[in-house]
Amino acid sequence: MHPGVEGFMYPNEVELQWSILIVLYPYITGLVAGAFILASLERVFKVAAVKPTYRLALLTALAFLLVAPLPLQLHLGHPERSFEMYLTPNRSSAMAMFGFVYLWYLMVVLLLEIWLDYRADIVRMSQTTRGPVRWIYKVLTLGSQDISPEARKIDDTVGWIVTIIGIPSAFLLHGYVGFIFGSVKANAWWSTPLMPVVFLFSAMVSGIAAVMLLYMVVSRFQKQVVDMRCLDTIAKYLFYVFLIDFSLEMLDLIHRIYEADESFRTLDFMVQTRLYMSQVVIQICIGTVVPLALLGWTQVRRLSDGVRRAMYATAGVLTLIGIFAMRWNVVIGGQLFSKSYLGYTTYKLEFATREGLLPAIVLMILPLAILWVLLKLLPLSEKEAA
Amino acid sequence: MDVSRREMLAGAAKFLVLGFAAEAAADVPLAAPAQLPAYDPSQHWWGMTIDIDLCIGCGNCVRACSAENGVPDGYFRTWVERYHVKSGDQEHPKVESPDGAIKGFPPSTETNEKAFYVPKLCNHCETSPCVQVCPVGATFESPDGVVLVDTTYCLGCRYCIQACPYGCRYIHPERHTVDKCSLCYHRITQGLTTACCEACPTGARKLADLKNPKDPVHAFLRDNKVQVLKPHMATRSKTFYKDLDGSVR
Repeated sequence: MHPGVEGFMYPNEVELQWSILIVLYPYITGLVAGAFILASLERVFKVAAVKPTYRLALLTALAFLLVAPLPLQLHLGHPERSFEMYLTPNRSSAMAMFGFVYLWYLMVVLLLEIWLDYRADIVRMSQTTRGPVRWIYKVLTLGSQDISPEARKIDDTVGWIVTIIGIPSAFLLHGYVGFIFGSVKANAWWSTPLMPVVFLFSAMVSGIAAVMLLYMVVSRFQKQVVDMRCLDTIAKYLFYVFLIDFSLEMLDLIHRIYEADESFRTLDFMVQTRLYMSQVVIQICIGTVVPLALLGWTQVRRLSDGVRRAMYATAGVLTLIGIFAMRWNVVIGGQLFSKSYLGYTTYKLEFATREGLLPAIVLMILPLAILWVLLKLLPLSEKEAA
Repeated sequence: MDVSRREMLAGAAKFLVLGFAAEAAADVPLAAPAQLPAYDPSQHWWGMTIDIDLCIGCGNCVRACSAENGVPDGYFRTWVERYHVKSGDQEHPKVESPDGAIKGFPPSTETNEKAFYVPKLCNHCETSPCVQVCPVGATFESPDGVVLVDTTYCLGCRYCIQACPYGCRYIHPERHTVDKCSLCYHRITQGLTTACCEACPTGARKLADLKNPKDPVHAFLRDNKVQVLKPHMATRSKTFYKDLDGSVR
């Protein structure tokens, strides 16, 4: 009997195949999709209140999207062959097609939208700055110096179209991640058509929470006053999207309990034992019910700005922890039980190994470092850029 | 020179034997050895039949497979499970497979229970989930129906391992690519059977060519009650079990 194994596992199942790095991957792409959808609220749906976070949301999405493939690369047995996915993709593979969804989103949607929005600032800064940074701006202009009102109008129209395309693309990006898991019929924990929808809504929840928190943090660093109307609006959206997300997850749970198919006893036992802490305590109680209660309270009670800020910050942090736990429970939970439904294995998280905790922490800090650089290069307010 | 009678007789015998051998060798024509007819994949459709009642859990198949294919320790291209099923409790069988049964099984201590062995291997499904999900087509189905892995192409992403309902795949710890039963493709294309079938002392496992009208598999499928593993997965498995108990997963 292997240590950590209970009951019967098929002999090749004892070792977990997908590690914490594969937990990070849907977590990071979720933050990207959620942040972009928040940005598009202002652009397409004309929610003026969230305008102060428009650029921050786009840059956050870019910073995380640039890091998204890294955990996958680190996990592959042969990362040097990964480009084959683009050269000779297997068209029936959900994973192969995801490569194209990712590229589409990065190149066509996100980079284009950010460039169009910042173009005038970039041109201005390529003329006013000095030293090597000037050259960076010169390159970023892509040779186009025209910032006449007519040219800006074209930028704005094209940007608006890109955002229109971007919203379904963001939905596709993260819905597709859900599909990669939800379409594995061999795995009862993953195989549900709700998976892409749950992934999508949880992505929006995590992305909105992340931008809300970053907005508060960046404002503090830049010694600017937080726009409470903006914060209240974001918190309101977070609350409603979170309610939908939680309802969908509970629907999945109730459906499983009521149907009680052949996998139910095994999965139920797993949730009550090996996943109890990460699923019931961290994901559902601390990461969902508490932030929902905090956000809900701010909706029905009149509270001072300071109290609301504190509640939003707490709710945001707990939400991000809860969504991370959700990704963990999907990815790791789906590998803890045997496909024979007769046994369970254990995930041993190592520290300073290729797929250990240390690279995972580095990969979570890296997008924040990239965001810091992006914020230095591309200021949030047009006034600052001028 | 002192030579005893015994040494002289032994020397004479060696001379005669070697002389005849040399003469016999000289008679062999210097042409290439007789060639097997060229293997035509389009004329075969491979699978396997397993007779549960004939399996004695000796583990010969696991050892033979391991030796033939260099299977790394702790991983299995084939393995054997022992089931114990209490009367009327099909849902909760007790299953064991110590080290994949590479050393067979310890004597059973259970009494008054239904007990039997189930050899497992890649089912070489016709609609394989592993082939479907492989992002680069490194896992593919050969024209003669064998699911194979191109190890020079595999990324090691492990999606196929997640997609296989039967637990037949693993990552090779040194090559970092996926590995699984190849149905001894290097042997069956030379007219041989698989290592596991050859080593099976009771003939419980038999290689089957479903395209060959003379193959005994047709009589096997016609005359017996036959089942595949997890039929609800609809993978069109080509590993057919005779008398498979409903408790087997």
